[in-house]
Amino acid sequence: MGTGRAAAILLAKELRLEFRTRELLTGTVIFVLVVIVLFSFAFDPTSADSRRYGPGLLWIAFLFAGSLMLHPSFAREQTNQTLDALRMTPVSPFAILLGKMLANFIFLAIAEAVLVPVFAVLYNVPLGGVAGRLALVLALGTLGLVITGTVFSAVSAHARMRELLLPLLLLPILAPLLIAAVEATAALFAEQPALDPTWLTFLGGFDIVFLTASWLLCDFLLEE
Amino acid sequence: MKRLSISVLAAALIFFAGYAALFVAPDESTMHAIQRVFYVHVALWSAMYTALTIALIANVAWLATRQMKWDWLGVSAVEVGVVSCTGGLATGVLWGKPAWGIWWTWDARLTTAFILWLLYIAYLLLRGLLEDPERRATLSAVFGIFASLDAPLVYVSNRLWRTQHPAPVMFGGDNSYLDPTMAKVLVVCIFAILPVMIFVLVDRYRLERMRHEAEELRLAMEDRTEEANRVVTRSTA
Repeated sequence: MGTGRAAAILLAKELRLEFRTRELLTGTVIFVLVVIVLFSFAFDPTSADSRRYGPGLLWIAFLFAGSLMLHPSFAREQTNQTLDALRMTPVSPFAILLGKMLANFIFLAIAEAVLVPVFAVLYNVPLGGVAGRLALVLALGTLGLVITGTVFSAVSAHARMRELLLPLLLLPILAPLLIAAVEATAALFAEQPALDPTWLTFLGGFDIVFLTASWLLCDFLLEE
Repeated sequence: MKRLSISVLAAALIFFAGYAALFVAPDESTMHAIQRVFYVHVALWSAMYTALTIALIANVAWLATRQMKWDWLGVSAVEVGVVSCTGGLATGVLWGKPAWGIWWTWDARLTTAFILWLLYIAYLLLRGLLEDPERRATLSAVFGIFASLDAPLVYVSNRLWRTQHPAPVMFGGDNSYLDPTMAKVLVVCIFAILPVMIFVLVDRYRLERMRHEAEELRLAMEDRTEEANRVVTRSTA
């Protein structure tokens, strides 16, 4: 079975599993909402200040939410040893990883789609004109987040203290992504919004580098 | 005997380097005596980069060959790297305050150093939390490779960021000009710290190997005890 088709089937499985209970999605959305509210106490959310600090806070909220939300990705597979079952199917390890990455991307994307408008309203940042471009920046950044996060979820699934270990492994790795995403978003929050090509290229490069690395190392991630 | 002579040689080199740094190197015009920490500082960073390069090679070699010795080398190199990094950061901070008036700044090099420090501490924590030796070796090797990939990206992103938002000029432009005597003393210091680093690395490697052998023996002993118990119960039943 080809990698693409296998990944699509596994993606469908992940989505079906999640949409039965929607607990992960709901939890993530509420968590980001709480973080956004708490951030409002960190500075006075006037429109000018929100434009300056908003991108950073938004991305930190997504990073924290992501590192919590990505943990069940492989931890779930431990309970009934379903990962062994997956390994025994005739699909490539990369397909398993890819299916989970895509599923996590969709979950985070849904959370972001809900929360960015909420943020715009609560912090008085007009985002109507830049919606499409903002979606592009969010997509590239989230892609980097889920690629590395899914890989490290596989790494930390076998360790003790995995809930703490995943953010510990993930957040330092994502430092360049955070810089790039915040700068690209800040360019869109500015008075004269513009898409910054440098940072977009950097984000794209980051995604490609880590996707390639996970493709090369996927066998080792999923082995017995 | 060989170990003793190597350690004596390394110690002699360190003393020689220390003497050179304190007395042979000329006094720097603006910072005077405090500038001499530069020799320790740069030596520690070179030790760190060497150690982390060895770690990357060991990580890839483990995944390619599955020989346990690469795992032992990997963890030893990372530990030496973390210690060198801590030393480098500490000497940097201590030098920064009297020299530039600030403890820290978030430029490309310092940020990369800090992130590397965090990443390799995370590597050591990961190892501590994984129990099965083979799985521990594999997963930490994967993480180590990701960490090595990330380091240049951190540097580049910070560089790009800081040129867009120019930071307050605190650095007088290091590496602009280095007095020849200073350069020679620096090279001596770097070559003095490398044997020490390798000495510690080899010791740590041996420790890891011995731990592994002790573990194998313990498991073999458990098997034998189990075997013996089975024989006893069979004969008495």
